[in-house]
Amino acid sequence: MALTGIQIFKLLPKTNCKKCGFPTCLAFAMKLAQGGVELSACPDVSEEAKKTLGEASAPPIRTFDLGTGEKAVKIGGETVLFRHEKKFVNPCALALNVKDSLSDGELAEKASEVASSEIDRVGQKLRVDAVCVEYASGDAARYEAAVRLVAEKAPEAAVILNCKDAAAAGAAVKAVEGRKPLLYGADDGNAEAMAAVAKAHGVPLVACAEGPGALSALTEKIRGLGVEDIVLDSGAKTAKEIIEHNTQIRRSALKKNFKPLGYPVINSVLRDDPLFEASVASVAIAKYASIVILGSIEKWKNLALFTLRQNLYTDPQVPMQVEQKIYEIGEPGADAPLMITTNFSLTYFIVSGEIENSRVPARLAVMDCEGLSVLTAWAAGKFTAAKIAQFIKESGVENRISHKELILPGQVAILSGALEDKLEGWKITVGPREANAIPTFLKNRA
Amino acid sequence: MSYVIPKESYTGKVLSFDFGKDDRAVTVGGENTLPFLSFEGQQPSRPVIACEIQDCPPDDWPDTVKEAYKDVSGDPVAWARHCQDVLNAKAIALRLLSTHPDRDDRSAEDAAGTVRDVLAAVDVPLVILGSNHIEKDSTVLVAAAEAASGYNCIIGKAQEGNYKTIVAAALAHNHKLIAMSELDINLAKQLNILITQMGFSKEKLITDPMCSALGYGLEYTYSVMERIRLAALAQNDPTMQPPILGDVGMYVWKIKETVAPEADVPEWGTLRERGIAWEAITATAMLLAGTNLLIMRHPAAIETVEKTIDELV
Ligand code: B12
Ligand code: SF4
Repeated sequence: MALTGIQIFKLLPKTNCKKCGFPTCLAFAMKLAQGGVELSACPDVSEEAKKTLGEASAPPIRTFDLGTGEKAVKIGGETVLFRHEKKFVNPCALALNVKDSLSDGELAEKASEVASSEIDRVGQKLRVDAVCVEYASGDAARYEAAVRLVAEKAPEAAVILNCKDAAAAGAAVKAVEGRKPLLYGADDGNAEAMAAVAKAHGVPLVACAEGPGALSALTEKIRGLGVEDIVLDSGAKTAKEIIEHNTQIRRSALKKNFKPLGYPVINSVLRDDPLFEASVASVAIAKYASIVILGSIEKWKNLALFTLRQNLYTDPQVPMQVEQKIYEIGEPGADAPLMITTNFSLTYFIVSGEIENSRVPARLAVMDCEGLSVLTAWAAGKFTAAKIAQFIKESGVENRISHKELILPGQVAILSGALEDKLEGWKITVGPREANAIPTFLKNRA
Repeated sequence: MSYVIPKESYTGKVLSFDFGKDDRAVTVGGENTLPFLSFEGQQPSRPVIACEIQDCPPDDWPDTVKEAYKDVSGDPVAWARHCQDVLNAKAIALRLLSTHPDRDDRSAEDAAGTVRDVLAAVDVPLVILGSNHIEKDSTVLVAAAEAASGYNCIIGKAQEGNYKTIVAAALAHNHKLIAMSELDINLAKQLNILITQMGFSKEKLITDPMCSALGYGLEYTYSVMERIRLAALAQNDPTMQPPILGDVGMYVWKIKETVAPEADVPEWGTLRERGIAWEAITATAMLLAGTNLLIMRHPAAIETVEKTIDELV
């Protein structure tokens, strides 16, 4: 919640000394409230005012990295409750839980599953982001060894240390300090010790309590102990607790600017049945989790959860789009077929994927239609004969090919006549309606 | 700083109705809160899942779902009984697909016959769906509504291009009605207004803002549904207060992810689980956005979502 000019004014020295470049402290305060200047322009401001103003201007939900390196994931930083208001910002991290009581072989296998989980969907690389090592053995030496092993076998994944024994956790943190593991976590019983470990190693810490109320008291305590990067575990287990707690936490942070809950949320959704687990995970993904801990990461499950996360975190105002240009697929020669489509990412990736499947080299002319699908763009008047003709002429593709034939998506067959009029000397061919028929279509022509 | 549970109190409320007969009737809607937020309101009725069957063999369904019904799907009556008796379906959605001119173009009378047979065979509530052909549905659904007279079914879908005859039939035979528009909150609102202007009570309507599958526009449906719910609750907009329908199965079981064999896309994992997860997750997302009645296909997906609902209510 931003402070008003008057509220800020009360915190200033009120000497009107003009060193900030403003005639009065009040004028400076007014400008500051609008975000037009920085507080540091006033050399005489008190430490207390700095602290209060700094806090008031901090984002309502703290943002920091989970893990290190290129594949670190930003968590937190959300600004809305509903995605139609504004884009959800930082897609939640997915983590696989492994117990340190597994054999080394099993641990290595699970860590490799995480390491090799990356797939490409609609131009984005999606993966399981983290591995969470659970302290189940009760043996600190075993825990440290397991953590080392997992971190080594999943070299780019973030590491979460699910261990409430501060001594065991401390040793494990040290073992993988360079990976900036997330310490999971602190509760009423061990908060001091855990906070000390987190602080000493500069790693984030999960606060674990039953319900948002108890949790807020705990995060205040942990903050008081000098830890700033905090993740919230409200103890939510059932789908209902997840949706209720997470909603209360997000609302408190955004609508009440309630700092003790202004942190990213972690939910564990472990269930014996992987399908059921996938369904409960989707509740957490949709309803505000920043980290979701899973018990298994089958490929089918990953694909579905990645897709849900991708869908919900797209910008509601701007559909995902690709660049307008003539894409060459499979080293096409001058006589290779030329096809056209719109620049909606989903459309582009489906169509180009099917052209690849056909193994027939081709050119795909992708026209800017503000990211709309073929039929939507057509209905919106952005994929019309006149516009297509203009795009083809201006693209210069004519100079690169030895024919004048353009293949249209079957869904807009209706455009073919008008297009033949507008693109003189060209032959317009209507392709299949659905992209999955493209391989057969192209092969039959070759 | 002390924590106070941040509750919203809404002036509006989702309407509710029941469909079906006697002790098998089920209620949909009635909540005065966003989905599943019991700390600030009531959601008196649990979301309902209707198991989808059709009046002709499901040749165009992918193997994963076809397999689940292979012994019964040749006959809508056997199929309906299977859903009720073996799968314990709480409701059934009968799609009169064979009436589509591009399928078998079967007559409205034939369709009415199927409706009668199915109603005689089961006692769970029935949703009766046309083939989604604007002109044909306006005769088929009229005949179906008559055949189901007295059974308190949900019929649909009434769309901008054909709502008049379908609304009249639902009115005459006392059914509930699906109003479907295409992924636009204003179109949904407008259709509900047009229908109520014909004297059809808004308390007997269910809004279908058009579903879409995970990965294929799910986010559009999700946000349109959330906006409809907020309009109903926060803005107390009576035209947005009917419950919401999510016709999930038909959108899910045609996309590549539910069809492509593992051999073609090894990185996508096993086909069977992939398809079932796709339907279950699409349905779960719809529930979170405000859906009160889901239409689904695969028994394992339905079972999974029922388990999730058990945890949510
Ligand atoms: C999601 C959606 C939207 C989203 C936009 C999503 C987007 N980024 O495009 C929103 C909600 C914004 C929207 C808006 C509108 N929409 Co709309 N929308 C849809 C919906 C549900 C899905 C579209 C989609 O994403 N398809 C998936 C992509 C991948 O399909 P595609 O691009 O067509 O590509 C496929 C094929 O064409 C083929 N293909 C593609 N390229 C090529 C190239 C070649 C050479 C070949 C051979 C094949 C091929 O392969 C692909 C896969 O098979 C459809 C209905 C439906 N279920 O299809 C309606 C639909 C397209 N919309 C429609 C309409 C009318 C509109 C609006 C004009 C109406 C309105 N509500 O205001 C607006 C216009 C937008 C505007 N003014 O800005 C109509 C079009 C009707 C018609 N036949 O003309 C549809 C069909 C709905 C309907 N039945 O009425 N829409
Ligand atoms: S520099 Fe500080 S004290 Fe001086 S006028 Fe500006 S705000 Fe006031």
